[in-house]
Amino acid sequence: MPDATGLELLAQDLREADSDAVLDTLFFRDRATLIVDPARVRPTLEWLKGRGYGFLASVHGVDYYPEEPRLGVLYELLDMEKVDRITVKARVHTEKPELESAVPLWGAANVQEREVYDMFGVVFTGHPDLRRILMPDDYEGFPQRRDFPMGGEPVLFTYNEDQVPGWFE
Amino acid sequence: MSTPNGSAYRQREESLTLSHLEPELAAAEGLSTELLTLNMGPHHPATHGVLRLLVTLEGEVVRDVKPIVGYLHTGIEKTCEDKAYWKAIPVIERMDYLAYFFNAMAFCGAVEELLAVEVPKRAQYLRVIHLELNRIMSHLVWLGTSALDLGAISMFWYCFREKETILDLFEFSTGQRMHTRYFQVGGVIEDVPRGWVEKVRGFTADMPNRVNQYAAILDRNEIVLQRLRNTGVVDEETLLDLGITGPLLRASGNPWDLRKAAPYCSYEDFEFKIPVGTVGDNYDRYRVRMAEMVESVRIIDQALDGLPEGPYITEDRKVALPPRHELATSMEALIHHFKLVTEGFRVPPGEVYYPIEGPRGELGCFVRADGSAKPARVHMREPSFIMMPALAEMARDGYIADLIASLGMLDPIIGGVDR
Repeated sequence: MPDATGLELLAQDLREADSDAVLDTLFFRDRATLIVDPARVRPTLEWLKGRGYGFLASVHGVDYYPEEPRLGVLYELLDMEKVDRITVKARVHTEKPELESAVPLWGAANVQEREVYDMFGVVFTGHPDLRRILMPDDYEGFPQRRDFPMGGEPVLFTYNEDQVPGWFE
Repeated sequence: MSTPNGSAYRQREESLTLSHLEPELAAAEGLSTELLTLNMGPHHPATHGVLRLLVTLEGEVVRDVKPIVGYLHTGIEKTCEDKAYWKAIPVIERMDYLAYFFNAMAFCGAVEELLAVEVPKRAQYLRVIHLELNRIMSHLVWLGTSALDLGAISMFWYCFREKETILDLFEFSTGQRMHTRYFQVGGVIEDVPRGWVEKVRGFTADMPNRVNQYAAILDRNEIVLQRLRNTGVVDEETLLDLGITGPLLRASGNPWDLRKAAPYCSYEDFEFKIPVGTVGDNYDRYRVRMAEMVESVRIIDQALDGLPEGPYITEDRKVALPPRHELATSMEALIHHFKLVTEGFRVPPGEVYYPIEGPRGELGCFVRADGSAKPARVHMREPSFIMMPALAEMARDGYIADLIASLGMLDPIIGGVDR
C-alpha cells in the first residue's frame, strides 16, 4: 500500500496530468483510495496503469443509499513489482449511471463490469458485450441495490407461489 | 483445419489416409463445411457443476467457447447484508464450497481490519494449519475429478481417501466436515482438542508419500502426457490481462503468490517454495498443484512445530464471546454475551478489500461497514469467476477432448463462480 504521503504525491502527479480528475483521496486502515470524477475514470485508470499498477484485481459496485451520488464502482489495482495496491472509486447517480468501460485496458474488466451492471445497473459505455451475467436475461431490477427487497421471489411449488399475483403469466 | 499440436499421437492420427474412401469423398465433392454450435451442459458431468458451455466447433476443433454462468446464483452477497457479521460467516463459507476456510478467512480478515482487532498468534497459526489442510483438500478434489475426466477412475478413489482423512481432521477440531464456521472475527471459535495435533502429524507424515504415489501413477502416464502436454497453452501476458492468479499463473512461470508477496496471518514465519511451470500448458498446471500439496504439508509441519501457547481468540469482549465459565460468575460477561448473541458487534464505518491466496488464486473480500451490526456490502472477488474467460483462450483451436482437459485443469468451482 502507498502510505498517506505516497497517496498525496500520487494524487498530486495525477492532478498535474489531468487537473480535474481527482476529487478526493482517502487513507483508511493503511489502504489508499483515489476518488475520481466519473467522467475521467478511464484516463485515470490508464494513467495509473502506466505508473505500474498494471493488474486489475477486482471491480465491484457499492450502493451508498441513501447518500448521493448513490452508486459507487471500485477498481482494485495492484502493482506486482512493488506489491502495492490502490483503489479507484467513482460515484455515479442512479438517474444516469454511466462510466466508460475499462475493457480496452484489461480483459479482466469484462465479466466483472457485466456483474456490476447486472447487480447495480451501472452502464459501462464501450463495453463489448454488456449483458446480465448471473441473473437471467429477462430479469427486471438490479438486485444488489439497497432498495431492492430481500426475498419475495416466487418459488414454484412452495408456500409463496400464489402470494405473488400473476407470476405464472 | 489446423493442427493444434504436434504430438506423436496427433501426427499419427493426421497421417491416416482416407484413400479407400475416395468414391464417397468424390460423391461428397461440392459440399461445404460449416461451424457447429454445441451446448455442453448445464448438466454435463465434466463441467463440475452447473456450467453451460456454448462451443463453436469446426469438425472436432473448437473455434470458440462461451461459458454461460449463473445457474447456481444464490445471492449470498445480498443475504450477507441482512445478517450480523458473525452470522454472515456460515453463508460466506458456502460460496466456494471446496475452500470454506479461505472464504471465512477473507471475510474475517476484512472485518478485523475494519475493527482494528489484533488476532492472537495461536489463532493465526491454527488458521494457517486449517487453511493449508483445506488447500490440500481442494487440490485433492481437483485431482480426483480431473483425472476422472481424463478417464482415470482409480485416482478418484485414492484422492477421496485422503480427502476423507482431512475431513475427519476437520470434524475432530471443528465439529463439522465442511462449512465449519471455525474461523471467527478475532480468532477461531475454540481451541483444538487434545490429540488433534498428533493426528495432523500422522497425516503430514503420510501425505508426501501419497503425493508420490499419485505422481507415480500420473506423471509419466502415457494417456496423461498425451492429453495434457502442450494443450491449453496460455501465455503469462494473457493471464495477467485477464486478472488470473494462482496455480494457473504460476504454471506459466510467474511466481506470484500472496502468501510470499504480501504475507498475512503469519505466513512470513514459514519457509516454503512456490512451484512454477515453464510452458503454461495443462501439464504444468497439474504439476504445479501437485507440488503445492507438498509445500502445504511443509507449512503445516512448521506451524505445528511452532504452535504458540496463548489465547485462541481475541480478548476483546466487544467482539468475541466470553468464555463459558465466566457467565456464571460475571455480570459483565453475561451482558457481553447477550449483546453479541442478539445484536452482534458494531463495526465502525469504512471499506476494506482484503485479498488472500486461495487454492484457485487471489480471493479478495470487500466489506463496507456503515456503523451498524450488519455489513452494508460484501463482495467476494472469486478467482473461479474471474478465470472463466480464460477457458476460451485455452480451448480455442484445440480438439474438443482438450477442452475437457483444459476445463479440468482450470478447476473452477461453480459455487464460487455464481455465488
